[in-house]
Order: sequence, then structure tokens, then C-alpha cells
Amino acid sequence: MKNTIITVVGKDTVGIIARVCTYLAENQINIEDISQTIVQGYFNMMMIVDTSASEKHFGTIVEDLHSLGEEIGVEIKAQKEEIFDKMHRI
Amino acid sequence: MINLREVVETNEMITKENLDVRTITLGISLLDCIDSDLKRLNEKIYQKIYEASRDLVETGEKIARDFGIPIVNKRISVTPIALIGGAACRTEEDYVAIAKTLDKVAHEVGVNFIGGYSALVCKGMTPADELLIRSIPKALAVTERVCSSVNLGSTKTGINMDAVKLMGEIVKETAEYTKENDSLGCAKLVVFCNAPDDNPFMAGAFHGVTEADKIINVGVSGPGVVKTALTKVRGENFEVLCETIKKTAFKVTRVGQLVAQEASRRLGVPFGIVDLSLAPTPAIGDSVADILCEIGLEYAGAPGTTAALALLNDQVKKGGVMASSYVGGLSGAFIPVSEDQGMINAVEAGALTLEKLEAMTCVCSVGLDMVVVPGETSAATISGMIADEMAIGMVNQKTTAVRVIPAIGKKVGDTVEFGGLLGHAPVMAVNPYSCEAFVNRGGRIPAPIHSFKN
Repeated sequence: MKNTIITVVGKDTVGIIARVCTYLAENQINIEDISQTIVQGYFNMMMIVDTSASEKHFGTIVEDLHSLGEEIGVEIKAQKEEIFDKMHRI
Repeated sequence: MINLREVVETNEMITKENLDVRTITLGISLLDCIDSDLKRLNEKIYQKIYEASRDLVETGEKIARDFGIPIVNKRISVTPIALIGGAACRTEEDYVAIAKTLDKVAHEVGVNFIGGYSALVCKGMTPADELLIRSIPKALAVTERVCSSVNLGSTKTGINMDAVKLMGEIVKETAEYTKENDSLGCAKLVVFCNAPDDNPFMAGAFHGVTEADKIINVGVSGPGVVKTALTKVRGENFEVLCETIKKTAFKVTRVGQLVAQEASRRLGVPFGIVDLSLAPTPAIGDSVADILCEIGLEYAGAPGTTAALALLNDQVKKGGVMASSYVGGLSGAFIPVSEDQGMINAVEAGALTLEKLEAMTCVCSVGLDMVVVPGETSAATISGMIADEMAIGMVNQKTTAVRVIPAIGKKVGDTVEFGGLLGHAPVMAVNPYSCEAFVNRGGRIPAPIHSFKN
């Protein structure tokens, strides 16, 4: 099973990581790696997660995270890792 | 393991630079639907297409969601209908009935276009071919999503000038039939030289008779991504320029390959090809003309344009070919006028003429595309334009096409509005001198000497 990449982009505010991690924990999604940086004044975070133990459909996770992002005022995406692998690895 | 910088790069391509997969096109053979009874034929066609493609749109949307990449169009191409209807159709109306069936099933399964209302007449026309061609104006007027194409020549056979003459008349007639909508019917009609059997792009997609029963072909796009990459190498030499285009094309095409493989796996249909394309849209920044400007031209059409386009086209192929296991279709940079804001700007500024466009088609895919000319342009002149473009394809052993719209009631300087992906376009001036005696000769132009490679 391939991993999922969650990205969070937006203005930095208190508790972004906490909110995202809470959602992941509640849905049995395991975080395998996490990194963050500030690009052009914007908060950029990436998590590599494993959704295989989650009972939720991938589509629901995508929608939930998107709504959570709207609540916090950042953009949250969940994408299957293959798109990045294909593009950046031969 | 993938790193943050790479993830940000990919997502910026998608969100800021309009990277998308332009189309997943499901090719479906209708050869097993052939029947001498028109009603039964239509039922079989409907059934076969419906069964094969009912999950296409939903699957496309799921893939888009899983990878976070827009897949703009989900489409269908079928075996050229002239072949399928030959045994059943006695009148033009009979063929139009098939067009209506195609339109109905396209609406039913939710695809935005269905291609293959086509005839392959590069050497000669059967009565069925001619009947289908004569039915095109009506078929395109009474349907919404059906696209039509006619192959008029090839490097191996030469050019069927009888068909070229006929198509000049058909293009005019199609324009008349749809004059209430700025002659929109012509935007769904294209003529080819060396038409490929596996093209995923409309209006020219059809499912060739050499293809399997069903096949998935994918067309990628990404002019904005190439343009952005080139802004970072301004003033650098051609080596750096070409390397940058090549690397970018590789990345763009990899996304197409991934989507094609996924669609193939999920639909249980073999993967055909990825079309290595730079396909613009009217969206700002999604323009091939803007890439030419970034390479160093004030406007597309300025001296140097053909050279710039030649290198762009070549580097896109070189980058893309390693990114995909099978490439095909039209593969290259598209230069439609109405679908590319940079091209529209160039025409409006007087920088780009029809003659320069013709020169540009020698070095890129595909040809004179979405070019609007005055409604009073004669059928013979349109045939002359088609013949020129077919000759370029025939001699250069490449695909060329003409999708020209003689907008009824419009003059040079007017603008026509098609909406959506088809965009809008200024009416371009056509050389006013006659080619009628040339077009009226009849017969066919023989294949060029260098086609004899046996």
C-alpha cells in the first residue's frame, strides 16, 4: 500500500499541526514523517501518512481535511504519493 | 523518500501553472456492431458504448481526487462511422441517426465529446464515405457532443483532391447550418493528412481499425508549467533553454503516464498511448504563444517564431518520450488560435497572419487549428487552404490538420465567441486571390517520391 502525502499551505497560526494530528489520530491514520518550512512567507507542511488502518474511504479523508483547512484558514490536501514519486523519480 | 520541496513543486504546477491532464479518452471499436438494419445498428452502438464507458467519468474523477490533479475531460472515440454505417445507411439521414445515437450515449455517460463521426478517404471514397461526409453539416447541427473528422491524405497515398474539394464545401455548409452560434459546428470538424489511429484529442479523435476492442489514451497539457520554468532561465543560451523544456516536459508527461496506467487498471481496459502534448486553453497563463514570447519573441508570429516553435516541439517530445512507455497520438505543441490567449493577442496586434501560421504548422502538431476566417470565404479557397496543409503533412511525413471556421456574417476585425475550452477568436484575413481552377481539377495528388521506402 502506497503512502499518502498531506500538505498544509497557508498563513501560520497557532495549532495547525495539533488540529491536523487530532483528526489523523481519531481516524487511525499513522504519521510516518513530517516536515515543514516557510516559503515566501507561507507555512508549508508535509506529512507522509499511512491510511491503510483507517475505516474511512480515501475520498472522505480528502474532503474532511479540505473542510478542516477551510475552518483553520489554510489549504489542506491529501494526495496519493505516486504522483510525486512518478514526477520526481525515474 | 519524497521531500517537501518536490511536493511543493508539483502542487505549484497544479495550482498556479494550470498543470492538468487534458483528457482521458476511451477508444471503443464498433466493428462488432455492424448490421444491415439501421435500427438494430443504432441499438448495438448505444449498448456497446454505454457498457464500455458507464464508469469512465466516475473513474476519472476518482483518479483526479486521489492524486490531486485535475483531469479536465473524459471522452470517447469510436471506429470511423463511415465504416460502421456502410451496410445500413442508404441516405444522409441514416447517418445522422447514428450521430444522434452517439450524442445520446455521450450525454448518458457524461462525456463532453465523442469523436469518430469520421471517414478515411486518403486515397478514395466509397459511396458510404461520401454519404457520411455529405451528412456532416446536418449531423453537427443536430448534435451537441459529436465530433467529426476526415482523413484526406497521407504520405503513402498522396492527397485525395476530390475529397479536399468536397470538404471545402462541407466546411462552408457546416458553418451555414450553425450560423446562429457563430458557426460553432466547424469547431467540431477537422480534416487530416496522416491522421493517427490513437489520437485522444478532439475534434480529431477516432478509434482506428488497427486498434484493440477498447483502449485508454491520455493527453497531457502544461504550457503554463513550461512557461514558468523558462522565466527562470531568461537570457541563457539555447542549450540551457532546451534542457529546461525537456526536463519540464518529462515531469508533465509522467503525470499523464500515471493517470493513463491508473485509468487502465481501474477500468480494466488496456493502456494505449500518452500524447506528448502542450495543449493550451483560453485561461491566462495556459498558452503556447506565451512560451514563444518567453523564448524571446515580442509576439507569436514575429520573425524567429517558426524556429522557436520547432525547438519547443522537439524538446517536448525528447523530454516526454522517456516519461511514458508508449507515446502516440498527435504529440507536440498545439497552436490553435481561439483556444490560446497569447495567439489571440498576436492576431489582434497584427503580428500573426494566416501565412505565418501555415509556416508554423510545418514544425509542430497539428495544423491550422481553430482559425476563424470571414464568412464570405469561398468553398474553393477553403479547399485551397486544406490542400496546402495536407501537402505539408504529406511531404514532411507528419500529421497536419485544418479546423477552420468561416464565421457566417462576420468580417475581418470581428470577434466570434465559442465559449468554454473553445474560447474566442478574431476573424483573420484570407488571401483574396482565387484557386478555383486548381481545386476543380479533380483526382488525386500522387504520393511523394520519398514515401517509397520498400
